[in-house]
Amino acid sequence: MKRHQFRQDALIEVLHKAQELFGFLDSDLMHYVARSLKLPTSRVYGVATFYHFFNLKPKGAHTCVVCMGTACYVKGADQVVAALEQCTGVRAGETTPDGKVSLATARCIGACGIAPAVVYDGVVTARQSPADALANVKGWLGHAA
Amino acid sequence: MAAKTLTIDGQLVSAEENQTLLEAARDAQIPIPTLCHLDGVMDVGACRMCLVEIVGTPKLLPACVTKVQEGLEVRTNSERLQRYRRLLLELLFAERNHVCAVCVSNGHCELQDLATQHGMDHVRYAYQAPNLGVDLSHRLYGLDHNRCVLCTRCVRVCWYIEGAGTLNLAGRGTGSMIITDLNQPWADSDTCTACGKCVQACPTGALFYKGATVAEMERDRQKLEYIVTAREKKQWNV
Repeated sequence: MKRHQFRQDALIEVLHKAQELFGFLDSDLMHYVARSLKLPTSRVYGVATFYHFFNLKPKGAHTCVVCMGTACYVKGADQVVAALEQCTGVRAGETTPDGKVSLATARCIGACGIAPAVVYDGVVTARQSPADALANVKGWLGHAA
Repeated sequence: MAAKTLTIDGQLVSAEENQTLLEAARDAQIPIPTLCHLDGVMDVGACRMCLVEIVGTPKLLPACVTKVQEGLEVRTNSERLQRYRRLLLELLFAERNHVCAVCVSNGHCELQDLATQHGMDHVRYAYQAPNLGVDLSHRLYGLDHNRCVLCTRCVRVCWYIEGAGTLNLAGRGTGSMIITDLNQPWADSDTCTACGKCVQACPTGALFYKGATVAEMERDRQKLEYIVTAREKKQWNV
């Protein structure tokens, strides 16, 4: 915040940094940011919820992002998501209660040539079938147990 | 200040340089329907009810945030505009639960009045019927999200007039909601001054005085305008 001279219009940059440091934005953190930048807390909350990038809840130890772009969708990404949702017991965009796996979907990750693409912990993987995805994520879940 | 001359609905109108089309039209007794506009509060052009046609421009422009220009030819009530306004109202009604018969603002509601004026007698879209809950935690006021049209009048009076900034908009698209502070119950908000300006500003029955029952919720808009005028013109510096 000091780097941005406590400028109010640097709110998004500050929230970016805060999320990078803490992994997610909890209410104490947002309260602190609002106080420091002299902004209403409601404004900070509004901005944090408007952008998909910001998480208000802690993310899981592992993340699995399924691309739902047109090409991946045609190639069966919806079945991958359905299989993963059934396996983990949470819906896309949520984290398993034990905090092991976060499941998410993306509009298009720009890897249409390898559709359907799934990103496991930041690693883009090509041509995933529901079975492949389950094998990968089950490893994470099994690791938990 | 330079005066600008323009035509609104075939009538020659002269307006001051920094006036908006809406102000110029109102000065000339030409009605333009509005929903998110509130006298004395900054305009955001959110509701699109005040869209007008300008000859030579293919786009429709919101009258509340468009400044007058020399020689403009404005149409405020064409067949096309009426169609769009009805459409907007239908979408607003379909988005949340606007059931006039059980609403505190029945008979004093701007959304209801607009629907009547525009002859909106049915809704062609599927009602979303969301279950958004009601915040009754505040000791004086209630907030029913199901009746909210997200005009952000309350947000603007809270921030620009009261200066508290308790209310704001969270989320995006259909998931948008009016929140207090960090989306906590209104009673737990440490910034709310309980001034009640938001309740005065609300066009529908979303914000109401506790204890008001069906059709009892009347608002005194002049109160807000009075405060703002007095402040801007420094009438209180005695």
